[in-house]
Amino acid sequence: MREIDAKKVTETVARLFQEANFFLGDDVLDYLKQGVEREESPLGRQVLEQILENADIAAKERIPICQDTGFAVVYLELGQDVHIVGGDFYAAVEEGVRQGYSEGYLRKSIVRQPFSARVNTKDNTPAVIHTEVVGGEHLHITVLPKGGGSENMSRLVMLKPAEGRQGVIDFVVRAVEEAGSNPCPPVIVGVGVGGTSDKTVFLAKKALLRRVGEPNPDPEVAELEKEILERVNNTGVGPQGFGGRITALAVHAEVFPAHIASLPVAVNLQCHAARHKEAVL
Amino acid sequence: MDITTPLDSQVIEKLKAGDQVSITGVIYTARDAAHKRLIEALDRGEELPLDLRGQTLYFMGPSPAKPGQVIGAAGPTTSGRMDSYSPRLMAVGLKGMIGKGSRSQEVKEAIKKHKAVYFAAIGGAGALIARTIKKAEVVAYEDLGAEAIMRLEVENFPATVVNDAHGGDLYQEGKAKYSK
Repeated sequence: MREIDAKKVTETVARLFQEANFFLGDDVLDYLKQGVEREESPLGRQVLEQILENADIAAKERIPICQDTGFAVVYLELGQDVHIVGGDFYAAVEEGVRQGYSEGYLRKSIVRQPFSARVNTKDNTPAVIHTEVVGGEHLHITVLPKGGGSENMSRLVMLKPAEGRQGVIDFVVRAVEEAGSNPCPPVIVGVGVGGTSDKTVFLAKKALLRRVGEPNPDPEVAELEKEILERVNNTGVGPQGFGGRITALAVHAEVFPAHIASLPVAVNLQCHAARHKEAVL
Repeated sequence: MDITTPLDSQVIEKLKAGDQVSITGVIYTARDAAHKRLIEALDRGEELPLDLRGQTLYFMGPSPAKPGQVIGAAGPTTSGRMDSYSPRLMAVGLKGMIGKGSRSQEVKEAIKKHKAVYFAAIGGAGALIARTIKKAEVVAYEDLGAEAIMRLEVENFPATVVNDAHGGDLYQEGKAKYSK
């Protein structure tokens, strides 16, 4: 049994949310640079260059890449031989969100009672926390500050199993095409297939954590990702929806077994400010 | 093309979907919550806290400014959430809107009718855009925090014309040009 202090959890969460909001990952930057080379539209190329310049300014000045510093989504992989001491585990995570958003001058974007008063909680809590218990004696923390503009373009459908592979592809391509300029393309397309309705939506978002463009290890799923990406980039939406070839940087699909009656498919779009950071304690 | 605010009707007349502009002058921020209050004030027959005639609204809620900064990251939010409000504001003189994402048919028609213009700023380029904002002060609805109405003095604010006063629509035209 290994002990991890709750304070350490708080500090780490606070640091990760700031780093995620200031420093765009090398994988995203590489794909944006490749996009400049591949984009056919002059306006689209210029947009991609400005996005790269923006990332550079944000990193140098430690200011957020985007003013929408997101809903605080936290993935915790807790080793079964870890004992959290010195405080409540989830309270430590929430405190990390509170401190990170305050210290980093990040925007507090969460409102209580979404359907009526919509009063800001003023510290960007509560976080959305997903916990998985795994083997070992480490705690793996991943943070994903998720912007509202791209999140609003999420889609879920329960297809008929007869619709099969083509049904999955058509649904995902339509979701990206209909989202158009709203989710700040070029996007990363998170796709969940299988499971129950909630599971497939969970998978679609979790797929966004993968390094950009890294294919699913299952060749059949990797082939599906490739085909969806090609079709998405033929829609013509382009960077910022101004028209062009680079509508998406990558498609990441995660698959789970399904019920004999079901073929659930979910889409979770990630804007070009694909921010996530992780740490192992 | 360099343009200044308040927008002149002759300038609006010349703007075409796809034009890249550099805006200098005063613009005002407003997101969903501020729009709702503006419309409620109009419904009650009250005077608005700012005279919208000839003005430009930027759909934006910044991140907090660090000490010594004018403003935090300051990129556009999704304009579609303002669609139900914008035609009323154009009817009382609003001429320019800056945001990101497509507008409803009703808004596009109001843009033509009132000879207005809708620009897109680059979504997610909050740090880059912040550099063009030289002064920022809250002028109305301070209790809304990041959603309060701010008066911004901007210099060479980069934007692209999406919907012009003649019915042009960059999102439709651009997509049609590159779809396979």
